[in-house]
Order: sequence, then structure tokens, then C-alpha cells
Amino acid sequence: MSTIEILPDAPAPPSKRAALLGSRSNTMIAAAFLGLALMSITRLITDEDALTSSQTIGTSLRVMVPILMAGIAALWAERCGVLNIGIEGMMILGTWFGGYFAWQYGAWAGLAMGIVGGMIGGLIHALATVRFGVNQTISGVVMNIFAFYGARYLSDLLFVGEQGGGVSQSPPQKSAIPKFDVPFLAGGDLFGWTTPDIFGWFEKKHWFLLGDIGGIGRGLTFNISWATAIALMTVPISFWLMWRTRFGLRLRSSGEAPSAAESLGVRVVPLRYAGLIISGGCAGFGGATMAVVASSYYRQGQTQGNGFIGMATLIFGNWRPTGVLAGASLFGYSLGIKLVANDSIPALFLFITFVAGALLIVSWYRKKVVGAITSLAAGALFFTAYLTVKDVPESLTQALPYVITLVVLATASQRLRPPAMAGVPYRPGETH
Amino acid sequence: MADEIKQSKLAIGADLSSGMHKISTPSKASGLRTGLITLASSLSAVVLALAICAVLLAVTGKNPWQAYSTILQTGTEGDKLLEMMKRATPLIFSATAVAVGFKMNLFNIGVEGQYLFAALIAAVVGSRINLPAPLHVTVILLVAMVAGAAWASIAAVLKVTRGVHEVISTIMLNYVALSVIQWLFENFFRDSGESGLNVKSDLIPPSGRMPDIVDDRLGGMFLVALLVVFLYWVLVFKSRFGFRLRSSGLNPGAARTSGIDANKMIVMSLLISGGIAGLVAMQSVVGEIYAYGPTATPTQLGFLGIAVALLGRHHPIGIVSAALLFGFLDSTSAQLQLAEIPSSIVKLIQAITVLTVVIINEATIRWLNKRTAEQTAATLIHNIEAEATAA
Repeated sequence: MSTIEILPDAPAPPSKRAALLGSRSNTMIAAAFLGLALMSITRLITDEDALTSSQTIGTSLRVMVPILMAGIAALWAERCGVLNIGIEGMMILGTWFGGYFAWQYGAWAGLAMGIVGGMIGGLIHALATVRFGVNQTISGVVMNIFAFYGARYLSDLLFVGEQGGGVSQSPPQKSAIPKFDVPFLAGGDLFGWTTPDIFGWFEKKHWFLLGDIGGIGRGLTFNISWATAIALMTVPISFWLMWRTRFGLRLRSSGEAPSAAESLGVRVVPLRYAGLIISGGCAGFGGATMAVVASSYYRQGQTQGNGFIGMATLIFGNWRPTGVLAGASLFGYSLGIKLVANDSIPALFLFITFVAGALLIVSWYRKKVVGAITSLAAGALFFTAYLTVKDVPESLTQALPYVITLVVLATASQRLRPPAMAGVPYRPGETH
Repeated sequence: MADEIKQSKLAIGADLSSGMHKISTPSKASGLRTGLITLASSLSAVVLALAICAVLLAVTGKNPWQAYSTILQTGTEGDKLLEMMKRATPLIFSATAVAVGFKMNLFNIGVEGQYLFAALIAAVVGSRINLPAPLHVTVILLVAMVAGAAWASIAAVLKVTRGVHEVISTIMLNYVALSVIQWLFENFFRDSGESGLNVKSDLIPPSGRMPDIVDDRLGGMFLVALLVVFLYWVLVFKSRFGFRLRSSGLNPGAARTSGIDANKMIVMSLLISGGIAGLVAMQSVVGEIYAYGPTATPTQLGFLGIAVALLGRHHPIGIVSAALLFGFLDSTSAQLQLAEIPSSIVKLIQAITVLTVVIINEATIRWLNKRTAEQTAATLIHNIEAEATAA
């Protein structure tokens, strides 16, 4: 029984950058640049400027936020050792609280109380699983059912009969969350002076690589809601709390080896409560952004399965905050491009063909036969798709995050490393 | 060893054996007593849920007494009793589907996707074939079961060959199913005659429709549901297959040692579960609207089925009683709305009941285990003392 399996990331990370991105940070940065270059080539060949336009990226960023928050919520829960199938339900609580308080007191109150709503869900899940030892999957499923009908009951009580309200939606909110443009990068105002829009200038030139950087950069800096900025901040904050503080080490240890942690004086039960309440808060915030930022009122079914996509990003991202961010970006982009430019999706097939080609070269040099054959087959498949498919049905692109997750689980599961004891009930003093 | 740990971790080790099945039944008498304790704990969970909802009603300015007496009065009228059975029918199917998986420690959250997929396929096949009456309905039901099992088989294959945990795969497959159904429906099976919210697939001809037991009140699917529950009882509790299934669920290691093929059991139980799930929407497909429709076909029944299965504790009688209780509550919602009580309170009662049931179940099991341990200890001490006196 190897120690490396039990202790997460046991060797001390060599640098901060490596710690954040994993041990092979240089490779990853190089891969990102190569991917960007391939994307740029694809754009120039197919003439589909929407692939990296600021509008596509901006929309992707907006739809990514709830997915990201659900992923971070799943991260906090599973890192402390409790599965959270109930994220969708906690997000529903977030949307309802967000909608109600945004209608009554304004958007910021909506966001704040959305977090509180999610925390209530997290606390119930913690009571059931940690205090009473209820099976974690069951408790999560019950949470989803409870939140759905709880929100419906509350709407029935408080929204029916109000102007614009009903059993399945709240009246519109009082105020909206302000948005901002970053000065110098996207032409934001600085003390009343309109700064130059650098990214925008590059985007309009459509040059190789620079045009794409302009488009992506402008999408990430132009017309950004403060709620989006807060959501993005949770990634480094979660990383710092979990991997750089004593609290985080203990929290992770209660997900990896609770009995061992307890024998060293770590109090697992309060830590799991804390982890689940933070998890619920993140999920609630994600839900609240859907009611307050992406929309202007609460609506039944607003969460649209984002809680489950969030769980998918956690698996895709190998139970790390940056991985969750990467997964949420990928899924957000696939949703964003569908909304902005559904016609450009076939161009992505060419991009995937290029990526498969790059992987083929890498596998060739490393003499990995299976990898080379797989890349070749995938490249051929997607190139055929690029040549033949002219219109991808919208209903099928919706399934993309879920299919990708299943493929990742089925093919790359040997590389995944979830917390060792996530999902296993733990009672203090009952060492297994 | 490390690999094994890794495998179990990858399975996101939802430990479903957390005491759900720890009660052993060595003799008939103690089995009866355990059954009574089970019944008492389920009933007390319902009572507790009603009490919590009463507090919620009172806090939100409604009279709980009035609400509950309305539920009780309207729910026990003759018509409403038929409606109760009608509303219970799909829940019986979905709860049984969940329970089959549970007996093997598999959590099939995918009933939702399986039954919607099956509903579309069965409705389309049913509308395109022509057979004499009894055969036509039977074929539609069989097609539904095969379609449900086929969708569940994806999760089974992923689990057996790639070790993907069924909780995650069935959640993902639910959403994949929704997309696939939407795509199939919009592109191939949509009946062009209707428009707007009423879109449906082609209608099933009269020979493929299930006759009603009581005209327009109760469809024949209720009897099919009872039959399926009976078969579930025979298959899982009385057959050799069921014994193997349950032993694999209770103690996978021991089952493997005694020569039971765990993978085969996983595939079988998921296929049976998916097959039963395929029947969930059949009351609507062959009994009410005679077609599949994105808005007309009921949704959420898969998740409510999990709730019913938990409340009924995966036992045939428990499942039927729990489904009837849920049906009873649902049947009163229209009357509640007239009495100015939010009708969604019945759904809230259901949700809170499940929450209290799982918590009280867990507490009861713990208490039973503790009591057994204490009794064993007491017997041991008694024996030792007796030996000491004898010596």
C-alpha cells in the first residue's frame, strides 16, 4: 500500500506556478499556445471570425459562471469527503432566494441571500450525512427533490398575485448588478476618461494569433458583471484556502483519510460541516447569478442541470480548482458558441482535426502506438465531419458536456485522482 | 492493492451499504419484530414530516388543521380514491425500477432518462404497427421495456467494462437522453398536424390502447403495475437469481467467493431496472394521450420514484403503500387550491417525508444494531457469570 496514494500531492510543489497548474506547467502553457495558434489557423481557413470573437467569448464567460460555481461547490464537498449530488438543489435554493431578495431589496441583496439559501441546503445535507450518517447519494438526491418543491411552495406563497409573479416565477428584480470594462484593455473609463480599447483594436484587425488574442482578451475584459468577477475569484481563493492554509490541509485530510486525520487531532466532523456549508454557499451563489445576472427574475427550472454539469467539471478537472476552471471554460465555450454562432460549429471540427494531428505527432515522437492510432482515427473522423456536416442540431450540442464527461470517465480514469474517502460515511471513533 | 484502492475511488465509492441492509433476520419471530419496527419508523417519519409541514404552514400564515382536514376529506371520496390509484401507477413502476438496482447496491438515478426514451420509442413503434388488440398493447409495452433496458445498458456497459460509477453515468445519461429524445422527436417523429404546445408523435391506433378498468378514471396500467410488483417480489425475494442479486448487494466479497459473477449481476439488475423503468410513462402513452409529447408526457417521475422506493424501503408492499400515499396527496391538490392553501404543500410534504424517512431509517438501524450488540453482551456476561457460579 503506497503512501503516495493516500497523501495528495505529497512531494512539495517546486514553484507557485507549478502548484497551480500541476507539475507539468511548462508543457501546459506550451499546449495552450499551440491550441490558440491552431484555433487561429482554423479561423483564417474557414473565415469564421465568431470562433474567437469577443462576443462569443463574452457569452461563454457569462454562461460559464454557474457551471464554474457548481464545480467549485462540488470540489469543496468532495475534498472534505462528502459526495454532493444535491448541488442542483442547492442552486435551486440560490435562484429562489436570489430572485426573491433581488425583487424585494435589489440585486446585491439577491446575490448575498442566494449564498445564504445555498448554505441552508449545505447545512441540511451536512446534518443528514455527517450527523445522521445517511447515505450521501440518497441525501443528495433527496435534496434536489426537496429544493425543487420547496421553491415551488415558497413561490406559491409569495409570488402568486404579485405583478409579474406566479407559481413558477418571481416578479422582476429592483436593480441589476453593475458591469464594467477594464481600462486600457477593453476601453473602460478611468476617472471620467475613456481609455483606448487595445484588445478591441487588435480584434478588428483579424491578424493571425493577435486577432484571436484580441477577441478572447476583449471577451474577458469588456462588459463584465461584478458577479462574474467574484465568481472567477473563487478559483484562486479556493486553491489558496485548500492548499496553502492549515484549514485546507485539514479539510483535505478529512476527505483523504479521516481516521488518520482524527488520530492526529483533526476534528473531522466540524470540518465536513464547514466544507459542505461552503459548498452550499458556492452552489447558492451560482444559482443566484442565474436569477440575478443572467436573468432578471427567478424562474422554475432556471438551473437547467448546471449543478450536474458542475459535477462533470470536477471529474474533468481531476478534483482541482484549475481543472474545474478549465472544464467550466470548455463547457461554457460549447454553450456560448451555440448561442452566438451555431453555424460556426462545423469549423470547430476542423480545429479538432488539427488538435488530433498535433497529438498524432506527439504520440509518434514518444512511440505510443495506441495514442497515434486513436489520434489518427479521431482526426479522420472529425475531418470527414467537417467536410460533410453543415448543420449541427442544437439539441445534440446540448448533450456535449455530459458526453465528454462519460468519455473522460471511460477512457482517462486511470489518470483521475479523486479524494480517497469521498462518499464513505465516517463516524468519529469508529475506525475502519 | 493500490490499483484496487484506485478502482474503488474512481467509482466515487458511494458506499450504499451504510447500514441499509444491516438488519439480519435469523428467525421468523425476530423478522416480524424487525418488520414492525420498520413500519413504525416509516410511519413516524410520515408523522414527523406532517408536523414539520404544519409548522411551515402555520409560520406562513395558513391554518394547518384546515389544510390537513381538506386533504383527508377530499382524498377519501370515491372518485379521489380512483385518482389516487391512477396517480400511484407510474410511481409504482419507477420505484420498483429503483428498488431492483438498490437490492444489488446499484443506484439507478437514470430512471428519468430511461422512461422518457422508452416512451418516445414505444409511442412511435406503436403508431406504426397494426396488430389485433391484445397483442398490439403487449408489443408496445415490450418495446418500452426493451428501449428502457437499452438505455440502461449504456450505464451497465460503462460500469462493467470501464468501472464508471453508475450514479455519475446515469446522471449524465439523463441529460444525454433529453437531448437525443428532443433531436429524434423534432427531426423524425413529430406529427405535423399539431402545433404549439400540443405537439405529439403520431397517435397509436385504437387496437394499441389499454382498456380502462373504470372508464376515464382508472386505466389498466394499474393492474400491470401490481403485476410488476408481484414479479419483483418473486424474482428478488423468492428466486435463486434474487438470492444471488441480494447477496451481491449485501456482501460483494462473499458473493464473489461463492462463485457469483458480480459483473453479470450488475448487468442483469440494471437491465431489469431499465426495463421496468420503460413502463413508467406507459399509462400516459397507451392509456391517456396515445402518443409521446414533449409537454404531454409527464416528467420528474424518475426522481419521485427514488423517493417512493426509499419511503417503501424497497419492499413490494412498502413500495405500493408509499406510491398510494403519494398518489393520495397528489389527488387532493386541486381541492386545496380552492381552499386557498398552496397546492404545492402536498409536494413539499412528500419531499420532507423522504428527508425524515432516510434520517429516521438510519437512526433506527443504528439503534437496532446497538440493541443487538447490548443483548449479545448481556447474554455473554450472563453465561460467564453462570459458569463462574457453577465453578
